Amino acid sequence: MERKKVVVIGAGVVGASIVRVLSQYNELDVYLLEKNVDAGMGVSKANTAIIHPGHEDDPKKCPLRAKLCVRGNRLWHQWVKELGIPAKFPGELMIAIEEDDLKVAEHYLELAQKNGVPGVRLVDNEELRKLEPNVNPNVAGALWAPTAGVMDSPMAAPALVENAVANGVRFFPETEVQGIKIENGEVKGVKTNKGFIEADIIINAAGLYSDKISKMAGIDYFTVHPRKGEYYVFDDDATPKVTRILHQTPTPVTKGVYVITEMHDGLMIGPTAEDLPEDAKEDTSTTKEGLDFVWEWAQKLVKELPPKNKVIRTFAGLRPEPPDGRWIIEAYDDPWGFINAAGIRSPGFTSAPAIAYYIVEELIQKKLDIKLTKKSHWNPYRRAYWFKDLPPEKQNELIKQDPAYGNVVCMCREITEGEIVNVITRMKSMGVKIITLDGIKMRTGAMAGTCQGSYCRIRIARIIARETGIPLWEVSFRGKGTEYGIGDVKVLLRGNGGDKNAE
Amino acid sequence: MQNDYDVVVIGGGPAGLAAAIRARELGLRVLLLENRETLGGIPLQCIHPGFGLHYFKEDLTGTEFIYRFIYKFLDMEIEHYTGAHVVSIEPFSDLEKRLRVVTSKGVLDITTTTVIYTTGARERHLFEIGITGHRPAGVYTAGEAQTMMDIDGIMPGKEIVIVGSGDVGLIMARRFALEGAHVKAVIEIMSYPGGLTRNVVQCLQDFGIPLYLSHAVTRIEGTTKVEKVILTKVDENLRPVPGTEKEIECDTVVIAAGLVPYLKVLERAGVIIDPATKGPVVNEHLETSIPGIFVAGNALVINDLVDYVVEQGELAAESAYLYIQNKGIPTKKWRKLVKGRNIRLIVPHYLSGDNDVIIYARVQKPEENVKLHFPEINKEIKLPFVKPAEMIRIKLRKEDITKAKDKITMEVVLNE
Repeated sequence: MERKKVVVIGAGVVGASIVRVLSQYNELDVYLLEKNVDAGMGVSKANTAIIHPGHEDDPKKCPLRAKLCVRGNRLWHQWVKELGIPAKFPGELMIAIEEDDLKVAEHYLELAQKNGVPGVRLVDNEELRKLEPNVNPNVAGALWAPTAGVMDSPMAAPALVENAVANGVRFFPETEVQGIKIENGEVKGVKTNKGFIEADIIINAAGLYSDKISKMAGIDYFTVHPRKGEYYVFDDDATPKVTRILHQTPTPVTKGVYVITEMHDGLMIGPTAEDLPEDAKEDTSTTKEGLDFVWEWAQKLVKELPPKNKVIRTFAGLRPEPPDGRWIIEAYDDPWGFINAAGIRSPGFTSAPAIAYYIVEELIQKKLDIKLTKKSHWNPYRRAYWFKDLPPEKQNELIKQDPAYGNVVCMCREITEGEIVNVITRMKSMGVKIITLDGIKMRTGAMAGTCQGSYCRIRIARIIARETGIPLWEVSFRGKGTEYGIGDVKVLLRGNGGDKNAE
Repeated sequence: MQNDYDVVVIGGGPAGLAAAIRARELGLRVLLLENRETLGGIPLQCIHPGFGLHYFKEDLTGTEFIYRFIYKFLDMEIEHYTGAHVVSIEPFSDLEKRLRVVTSKGVLDITTTTVIYTTGARERHLFEIGITGHRPAGVYTAGEAQTMMDIDGIMPGKEIVIVGSGDVGLIMARRFALEGAHVKAVIEIMSYPGGLTRNVVQCLQDFGIPLYLSHAVTRIEGTTKVEKVILTKVDENLRPVPGTEKEIECDTVVIAAGLVPYLKVLERAGVIIDPATKGPVVNEHLETSIPGIFVAGNALVINDLVDYVVEQGELAAESAYLYIQNKGIPTKKWRKLVKGRNIRLIVPHYLSGDNDVIIYARVQKPEENVKLHFPEINKEIKLPFVKPAEMIRIKLRKEDITKAKDKITMEVVLNE
């Protein structure tokens, strides 16, 4: 049996889902390349964290989106359990604020039927108020979609990659693709800052940069521009909260601001949808205008929002927006072996597992006609636990094995030193070379609570320094250029650097 | 069945150490729990002087001050855990509180008659003061920067902008300057400095550090590392004035925007919180709305001076003693202490008239040539000035308190 080398570019949730599926087959050697220091540090880190039901896309306009979102929802239901990613399925209410909006809701009811989304129905104001006691009581009604879920989305890509590596995938962080080698109409490999990597198949899942990668393969008919979404997150004790996922029927002005209670129990509202210029692919800055917009629209959905002084974070994420909103998921005859999973905008997060199966089943096996057989020993599981959720007997067992589990480092989220060390070990074994504060935050939720790390960040930095043998100031947020400090405390006095105010 | 302890002190900073020492002196069975690996709390990292002027009548550094308590505490062999995290406090009854505590020796379930809660405060951060923009490396709270420099000995950055001119911000400005950093600005949203005058002089003026009053940082720029901040003037309602934007290039932003009592566990247990202090509502014994749970230090109210924190810790211990002697604080007729003109916050909230009581208060705005006036009890205290930055600490005599029927208002009035 001839083996095939597959290079996947981009360890966001799409690339990570693809390698999870690829890792199930005997014939493939899979390489996952990521320009950042860790998986999931781009688009996948900052989003609404919703597992959509799949009734918002018209199969005539966006057939792939319509089909893959529904399947993705069902796959996540299984994957979050297999991978130990915190998730819940409270269902979603598309709120019709005015009577007229009910017509819009009916349109989505039809789409739900067309797309095969189960359980969707219209609910009147009375039932709506029972389904969601904190809904604005003056709204007309809602479309109820019980399959919608919420997950701890920053954890998804790291968890997927960790499991894929355990199943034989090789992960190369800090590896930036600079060119694609093509000979006789076939891909031969990728040129990177770390050297040349041979490949029979190259899958482009480079998110915001997927247009650039595609261009390297000679496929340049599309560009991907960033669309920004801004959010507020409230403290876990801020009330009122919502039980369900709330958003309003889309209008010409907005696709909809969501109100959810995220997996750490904080209310979250957002996003905006601001189209940015094509080159603004790193502009995740928040703006007063954007945040004010979110506040204004979220207020229409609920009785009231918690007080603004209970906000613990504002953030913005970017969605990779393809032309006309149509995902580019294709395999090409020329160059043969190049596959795009490009411009994966919303509902990309939800659809990622289905996109992965679509690529393997429809594109690799059918279109490229590569015969694949499933491994007999593939392990779908990643073991994960949170100390605070364990019963006291289990907690005591862990502390007995390792007293570090008895040292709570992040007080807001109750994360122990033992868990941080465990995460560092996992990061190392999946191939992460630079252990970062953000890497720990994505995997544990530490530093993301009430105090936003003002208490625990230094304690976690100390643990990273100790476990990786680097000076404390070299610990970084997300790799080079984001170090925690600039040197020891006398570095400026000793060197010639540093101005002195007294002079 | 007897509880495991008479009193469990949660927090091993100045309030907690003082409370535990006093409780032991009174013969109580004491356990102290500290979350960090070491006793002492925040004063450990305060290497500047100004501590202990009232309590010890000496000018000590924070570190020197707190070590006096640590040594005394250790000499008394008071039972304690460091690295201990209180997960929950269940007020089972007035006579029994049940604590679950995670320690490196295991998960402990502890019963106690009283709790003294002295967990201090947390710092307000970037996202609580309405700063938008990027979220790059190089943004620290002042306390974090202080821990980095004076506990861990590392330097956060080179070109510094400090947001907030409270004492913490002023002291950190000087601290950075002393280590050769260029402190480019201290930015204060109010029209007056947030810290003590002596600190404005000694920490800023002596080092030539500019102070921008009535200015707010509205935005941080820099995708990877901080590159600059955008500030604007604010009007009298603290709203940005359009067209007054200004940029300051820097690689480090230090947020010194004040402290908030850190009470997560206590709030879950159900204590009533005063929205002004953001600490619990307490009576003159520093007892919260849950009988037998007392609070002291910055968990009660943000203090200017560690001396006050220690004083509150000792009072809480004496109150726990009273509680244990009487199986509860004896029923009394309480008089409510009410905020009047130009009073922003005040503790304690209820007075009985059985004791002289020390009142801690802050004003809303600075005023000169004023008097504190208590109309219900016909009492006046003349003051040359009041400032939000300087906590008012006065003693009300029990004879005065008993003059009031059900409330005592405290107000600032101008001297005619």
